[in-house]
Amino acid sequence: MKRGFSWVAFARGVAGVLAVVAIWQGFALSGMFSTAMTPPIGSIGATMWGMMADGSLFINAFATLVRVFIGLAISFSIAIPLGVLMARYWVAERIFMPVLSVLLPIPSLAWVPLFILWLGIGDTATILVVVYASAFPLVYAVWTGVRAVNPLWLRAAIVMGADEATLFRKVIWPGALPYIITGLRLAFGRAWIGVIGGELLASPKLGLGEIIFNAAEFLNAGIMLSTLIAIGVIGVFFERFVFQTLEAVTVRRWGMVAGEGR
Amino acid sequence: MRRALSFGLPLATFAVIAAAWEAVVNYGGFPPKLVPGLGTIAEAFVRLAGNGILLQAALATLYRLGAGFLIAAVIGVVVGIAMGRRQWVEDTLLPIVTFLYPIPGLAYAPLFVLWFGLGDFPTILLVGVASSFTVIINTWKGVKAVKPIWLRAAEVMGARDRDMFRRVVLPGALPYILIGLRLGLAQAWRILIAVEMLMSVQRGLGWLIFGAQTFLNTDVMLATIAVIGAIGMVLEREVFARIERYTIVRWGMVAA
Repeated sequence: MKRGFSWVAFARGVAGVLAVVAIWQGFALSGMFSTAMTPPIGSIGATMWGMMADGSLFINAFATLVRVFIGLAISFSIAIPLGVLMARYWVAERIFMPVLSVLLPIPSLAWVPLFILWLGIGDTATILVVVYASAFPLVYAVWTGVRAVNPLWLRAAIVMGADEATLFRKVIWPGALPYIITGLRLAFGRAWIGVIGGELLASPKLGLGEIIFNAAEFLNAGIMLSTLIAIGVIGVFFERFVFQTLEAVTVRRWGMVAGEGR
Repeated sequence: MRRALSFGLPLATFAVIAAAWEAVVNYGGFPPKLVPGLGTIAEAFVRLAGNGILLQAALATLYRLGAGFLIAAVIGVVVGIAMGRRQWVEDTLLPIVTFLYPIPGLAYAPLFVLWFGLGDFPTILLVGVASSFTVIINTWKGVKAVKPIWLRAAEVMGARDRDMFRRVVLPGALPYILIGLRLGLAQAWRILIAVEMLMSVQRGLGWLIFGAQTFLNTDVMLATIAVIGAIGMVLEREVFARIERYTIVRWGMVAA
């Protein structure tokens, strides 16, 4: 399926990026808009360099990532017990499923103004948005994953005298893991959107969304674009490297194939 | 017994949640302005529904959603098919698409305000552009997933380029394209509500929530959130389930 590295493809990719840069530069220098609104590439680069040199980009990116990971950790600790319960006990599924299907279609960011009223502006509201955004794909992944564990394995393990704890650790958990990791990837994507939106609306002290929001007040498109680039780089880094590596290391090593996630 | 439980348990859950909410309202010691009772929320809903504000807001939001989604669908399907069918298009665009895809659409909002001002146009444009990437990626994967043997069979039987596209590539890729459109619509919906808060549009469900926050009208906020959830559910279940039933399920491409 996957083709090997090709210089032709690489050259075309570079050409595509260069074309975008050239169009932008032409636009910026054409004088159609003021350079405050469409800064030329050089000045975006200088801004970005400045933000990296004084460390502000890293500090804010770190603050954003901390919120994402605290939120994901909370989601994870809700999703594992809930998903396992729902998958193994029919009664639990009947109890929690309706609640989940009522909350699921509400966009997490619709809650932000309410969270702000309840919890004040800042960290707590933003983290809660991350939890709300990421919990559903995780619960769903754990639930599907545990249900997809081959019943034959369960019976075989029980016959061989596995107790509940062993059953969970040695059969259910590895069996459900491909789904859980796919769910984690999806949850990160949702959390990433949620955290930027939360930061734009709930204005905590630090964070990439916060930089963009502040830059808007000073009409500083250079800072906004530099931050957008940073958001893109971090997003690609996690999506491509962290989660794909995680998938490769855990799933393939145990000889299991991940279901095609959405 | 099982049937009674399967009906009764969800009801019991909602009853317990409602009772817990009321208990918090009455005995939690929170100001009722911040944590309104269910009756107050229902009253706010009836009031807003009665004087037409809710309907106007919902229509304004749905109009933006429709317009934005149309942009996303057109860009997404055209670019996705071009990338799937022509290797040089894929090579040129894939790095850019891959980079832009994980940037949350909402992050562009302040930039769009700077460039295009406030109001409807930048909101629709932003929602359209931001949700087009999901459609692009899924369409591209779908075209790539069309079995080469179908293409070769059609070629051998003398299909011209147009027929090949219309009768083989498009139906073959359609399950993926529909998934892409469905995810794109869901994404547009999620972004739109937040963008309405940032872009200070006139009317709209996001605007209603944001405006109500200023006056501490939590009852209005919760009633609006309920409406948002209901619309989201209808979009997901009715609209797309129906399209799938009439196309790919009927053609026997996926199980119903």
